[in-house]
Amino acid sequence: MSGVEGYMYPNEVTLFWSVLIVLYPYITGLVAGAFILASLERVFKVDAVKPTYRLALLTALAFLLDAPLPLQFHLGHPERSPEMYFTPHATSAMAMFGYVYLWYLMAVLVFEIWLDYRREIVLRSQQTKGLLRLIYKIMTLGSTNISERALHIDEKVGWVVTLIGIPSAFMLHGYVGFIFGSIKANPWWSSPLMPVVFIFSAMVSGVAAVMLLYMGLTKLRKQTIDMRCVDTIAMYMFYIFVIDFTLEMLDLVHRIYEADESFRSIDFMVHTKLFFSQIVVQILIGTLVPLALLFIVQVWKNNISEIARKRIYVLCGSLILISVFAMRWNVVIGGQLFSKSFLGYTTYKMELATREGLLAAIGLTLLPLGFLWILLKLLPPWNDSQSHAAQLPASGD
Amino acid sequence: MSIFKDAGHLFRFAALFVIAFLVFLVVRHYVVPKSFGKYGHYRAAAMDEIAAHPMQFAGHQACEQCHSDVAATHASGMHAHVNCEACHGPLAKHADDPSSVTPKLPDTATLCVRCHEASAARPKNFPQVKSAEHSGGMPCQTCHNPHSPAIGSGAAAGGAK
Ligand code: HEC
Ligand code: HEC
Ligand code: HEC
Ligand code: HEC
Repeated sequence: MSGVEGYMYPNEVTLFWSVLIVLYPYITGLVAGAFILASLERVFKVDAVKPTYRLALLTALAFLLDAPLPLQFHLGHPERSPEMYFTPHATSAMAMFGYVYLWYLMAVLVFEIWLDYRREIVLRSQQTKGLLRLIYKIMTLGSTNISERALHIDEKVGWVVTLIGIPSAFMLHGYVGFIFGSIKANPWWSSPLMPVVFIFSAMVSGVAAVMLLYMGLTKLRKQTIDMRCVDTIAMYMFYIFVIDFTLEMLDLVHRIYEADESFRSIDFMVHTKLFFSQIVVQILIGTLVPLALLFIVQVWKNNISEIARKRIYVLCGSLILISVFAMRWNVVIGGQLFSKSFLGYTTYKMELATREGLLAAIGLTLLPLGFLWILLKLLPPWNDSQSHAAQLPASGD
Repeated sequence: MSIFKDAGHLFRFAALFVIAFLVFLVVRHYVVPKSFGKYGHYRAAAMDEIAAHPMQFAGHQACEQCHSDVAATHASGMHAHVNCEACHGPLAKHADDPSSVTPKLPDTATLCVRCHEASAARPKNFPQVKSAEHSGGMPCQTCHNPHSPAIGSGAAAGGAK
């Protein structure tokens, strides 16, 4: 059989969890990470990252809207998926995920964004015209109360929502790791560390994504990048990445030391089929290089010029995004490449223009940027004076 | 009072949730089948629908009533625990009315290898052959009686009695 070496059970030859299932934890990870960055400002009062606070929230929302789509594309009968809401199945982790998702979307993200933007929404509902006005009117929910007291209440409630949001973000993404980690039949996945590793890599990737978006969008808008902000983000990114990497290595060392019956098979796989995506891309290029660069910046920050720092951050951010994608790939695809008999290996052949092919994956990766673009138009996160004045001529603030 | 006034918009947002929840309940009422959850996490009425399907398999007791000769050979051989219809396919229609439905005899070229082709996935002590080498292209029943396959346990080649 083509692509099969050694012995595979018949149901293992074809991979059923395709690149879209790689994409799905990647995208939810970006959501969780972006939200954690927002919470840095809100709950942990890291003032330096304020310029990214709203952008992070909108990014989280844009990616969250996209997150279930890879799953829908993967399903043979997507129209049946709402049934998991209508007939909740409490003992199925996958079925319960729908509620976690909905909770996070509505009770955390949408609510927090709404509270944070309420003042602008109300002002815009009075200043815009036509369809836009209608949209903003609907978003006000019919309340134009933006008195100081009301905004103060919003501020307090928003803080609580963020507080609830942090564990929710951890849940959302821990859940994804849990779904893999709890599959006891698969030694590559079955590990209680899985949810934790997923969360930390999610945080790194989300922080990196928001940082890149912030830098890119600021450049596009011809504004100056707030270096204090980016430096702080890079610092947190570095710390979280160190923890993430340590955890992943802990998992690895644990597997090597435990060396259970699956070990030879997995070890062989890491040295052959996964060598490029795991050792080269994920660990060497995607982790060690950015860690080293970020470390250098942390130590010699004052001797490195701004422009060089920016370039390093862009490089590191991109490498991190690639690395975390590679990590998801290695988990999802890697976990299906070897036989439970430990006697053989199969190959993943990505399709191109099919429902679960490469083009669908690329489309679904770009789609959240489209969502984000709309969100940025509707709810501009910038509060620098020029653009604000330009867009809201009569706002009077 | 003014706390309610200034937090009024929050109640509106909460009302959104309540409305969404009510809509959910109404939709749920209509889309979830009435008998769902009666016995378990499925539609109880499906049981009756499935029970109403026509029978496909007659069961070996039925075959044995009429084919007592084959049944005797079969019961004494190595295939005693392989059901008649595992090889012959579902034959309820034939068992109901043998004169109008005559079953086709199974083709041993595809039938026997389904269970006996050598494969690492089968238990080691299960009898297996590499059919191409083993039979030399001859049909299995030239040498084996399908109903009592061990060599020497009964005549083969059409003599399957
Ligand atoms: C009611 C009695 C009866 C039952 C029950 C019955 N059969 Fe038959 N079977 C017959 C008769 C009679 C014939 C011969 C019909 C003919 O030659 O047209 C026959 C023919 C056959 C043949 C074809 C024989 C040939 O030489 O072509 C096979 C195979 C067969 N039966 C298998 C089965 C199996 C398996 C079952 C159990 C699911 C079964 N029968 C149940 C009466 C029965
Ligand atoms: C291991 C598979 C297998 C099982 C189990 C099996 N058969 Fe057969 N049977 C065959 C094959 C193959 C033939 C055709 C033989 C041939 O073409 O010479 C056959 C032929 C027959 C025939 C027609 C020829 C004959 O020998 O009379 C009848 C009747 C029959 N089987 C009935 C039964 C009944 C009744 C049972 C269950 C008690 C049964 N078979 C179980 C494989 C099987
Ligand atoms: C549905 C699966 C199945 C099919 C089809 C089947 N067999 Fe078997 N066969 C078995 C089983 C089960 C045994 C008993 C093995 C045991 O008890 O160890 C067996 C035993 C045997 C044996 C005895 C081996 C020994 O150790 O003496 C032979 C020979 C054999 N089958 C040949 C055949 C032939 C020829 C056919 C095709 C007519 C056939 N089998 C079709 C399941 C099957
Ligand atoms: C030329 C005669 C002949 C043909 C044709 C033939 N066999 Fe056999 N087969 C034998 C003999 C003889 C034995 C006993 C050999 C032994 O015990 O080592 C045997 C043994 C077997 C066994 C038992 C092997 C074991 O390890 O216990 C199986 C299973 C079997 N045959 C299946 C088949 C199947 C399936 C076919 C059709 C593809 C087939 N045979 C065709 C002669 C034949």
